[in-house]
Amino acid sequence: MSTSTVSRTRTVAPALPPKRRRSAARSGGFGSTFTVNALLILGCAYMVLPVVWLFFASTKNTADLYGTAAYALGEPAFLENIMAVLNQDGGVFLRWMANSMFYAAFGAIFGGLISVMAGYAFDKFQFRGKDSFFGIVLVGVLIPNTATVLPMYLLASVFGITNTIWAILIPVLCNPFGVYLARVYSAAYVPAETLEAARVDGAGPIRSFFSLGLPMMMPGYVTIALFQFVGVWNNFMLPLVMLQDQQLLPVSVGISIWQGYSIPQPEFTPMVITGSLLSIVPLLAAFIMLQRFWKSGLTAGSVK
Amino acid sequence: MVTQAPTTPSAAVKPTPRTLRKPRAMSGTGGRTAALFLTPFFAIFAVAMVAPVIYAIVLSFFAQQKSGLGFGEAKTAFVGLENYLQVLQSETFIGGIGRLALYCLLYIPCMVGGALAFALLLDAGVARARKLFQLLVFLPHAVPGVIAALIWAYLYTPGVSPIVSVLETGGISLNFLDNQMILPSIVNIAVWEWTGYNVIVLFTALQAVPREILEAARVDGAGEIRAAISIKLPLILPALSVIMLFTVIGTLQLFTEPSIISKATASVTSTWVPNMWAYDAAFNRHNLNQAAAASIIIALMAAVLSWAVTRFSSRNKA
Repeated sequence: MSTSTVSRTRTVAPALPPKRRRSAARSGGFGSTFTVNALLILGCAYMVLPVVWLFFASTKNTADLYGTAAYALGEPAFLENIMAVLNQDGGVFLRWMANSMFYAAFGAIFGGLISVMAGYAFDKFQFRGKDSFFGIVLVGVLIPNTATVLPMYLLASVFGITNTIWAILIPVLCNPFGVYLARVYSAAYVPAETLEAARVDGAGPIRSFFSLGLPMMMPGYVTIALFQFVGVWNNFMLPLVMLQDQQLLPVSVGISIWQGYSIPQPEFTPMVITGSLLSIVPLLAAFIMLQRFWKSGLTAGSVK
Repeated sequence: MVTQAPTTPSAAVKPTPRTLRKPRAMSGTGGRTAALFLTPFFAIFAVAMVAPVIYAIVLSFFAQQKSGLGFGEAKTAFVGLENYLQVLQSETFIGGIGRLALYCLLYIPCMVGGALAFALLLDAGVARARKLFQLLVFLPHAVPGVIAALIWAYLYTPGVSPIVSVLETGGISLNFLDNQMILPSIVNIAVWEWTGYNVIVLFTALQAVPREILEAARVDGAGEIRAAISIKLPLILPALSVIMLFTVIGTLQLFTEPSIISKATASVTSTWVPNMWAYDAAFNRHNLNQAAAASIIIALMAAVLSWAVTRFSSRNKA
């Protein structure tokens, strides 16, 4: 993956602010302001309208859902729908949300820390077999998650931990891509000089990591944790395979069960839709608040 | 871009002589300390990835066999590659692989092409409100796959769907959930989920294209499109090839969307793609040995494909 393009740019780009390209604006053809922005708006409509539909649909009762135009408001039933979602099966929906939050936060905080420590070690320490160990990490990045879910289930049933939270909590700690990202971040954020100075002052490597390395890598840690959080929150196959107890399910699997009910019992449909809307609110909020981090995460992962 | 910032500190530090001494200075404690930092990760890695895969390989060589008329205890017997042969001879499994291949052929060009087009538009000098567009285009990625599949399942259902009703007003009747349309319909869900993510990656790479080169091309009379094809595209090939790699790995994971859609239509069977086949083998047919063999086959396909993509893109770069 070429770093050459990137490093070349860094010396050049600041001198020429991107605004200058505005001068290239001309009328007519595909390069015209109108065409470009119209196409962008069209693309964004494709991205946004399904989510907008979810919002409109969640304000309707079953009859209006099928009886009114998709992007029109029916009889206001938003609050009723929310109450129905929250009251169904003794408030199991809130339990699902809490489960998702717990699994995802656990994976993000501890899985993130484990990745950051490993990435830091790969960047800052010299040891025998470093390349082979990093090669193992890269192989881990390339193995699709779903291919290991069933084997994991088979092994977990040997140890009798299926249908317990451990069946979820142990796998979510494993994030090889996080290790790869952490190595990149460690090289970028933690100057070897600082660590050298700490060493001269008598700080051991562990102390240096927790009082210097980790704070300096904080933006990287947050990025890795954010992606891990989203990954765990979105994971469907692992909890589907591992858990049977409704009280342990994350929200994605829970809603898919309601969807199954809604085929013979249409009155479940508004709950599926409203539950879906409620379940994406935390992620949307996280993404909007942490924009800076996910953007840097995307680049660190792919351009370098 | 914010995203370029991380590398600056180390770039500034590297040339100083003291940094060059770093490896020697730390190597005294290196090995043992490194082990301390790496152990948590490799312990989890061994438990969550290596051990399951090894156990699955072992399981895949055995089968539950009932003696005589099928009464009495089932015995576990070593059957060698028998399970693999049975999986590979299963019509539904092979059908699933074919479907997955077709899915890749549709999905990868649509998604990568779409993301590239969107990123180039966003990078065009005349584009406005870039920050807003970036946020909006990324929105679907914040929607979990289950929910995305649910939303689209409704958007495909006649009576609820605004798309179907708009098409009907135009005199077109299209059933998104029937046998012919179901594959493109599922491709569309994946395109919706992943395009925005890759737009951001490609757009960031495009922002790193030296402005002076584009300026020079413009002086030479190249238009916006010409510059995009002959200058920008070759310069972001590394980012494109990484996207291809992750997309290929991603397509093999296909499970969530068809599983959700299968509840809304009979067009998606319980063994529609290899992952669903493996799930069905384990939980509906209770043949864990075959499920293990199928999982290993999927992992091997992923390994071969990743290797091929990596080879291909590194040759392209040279």
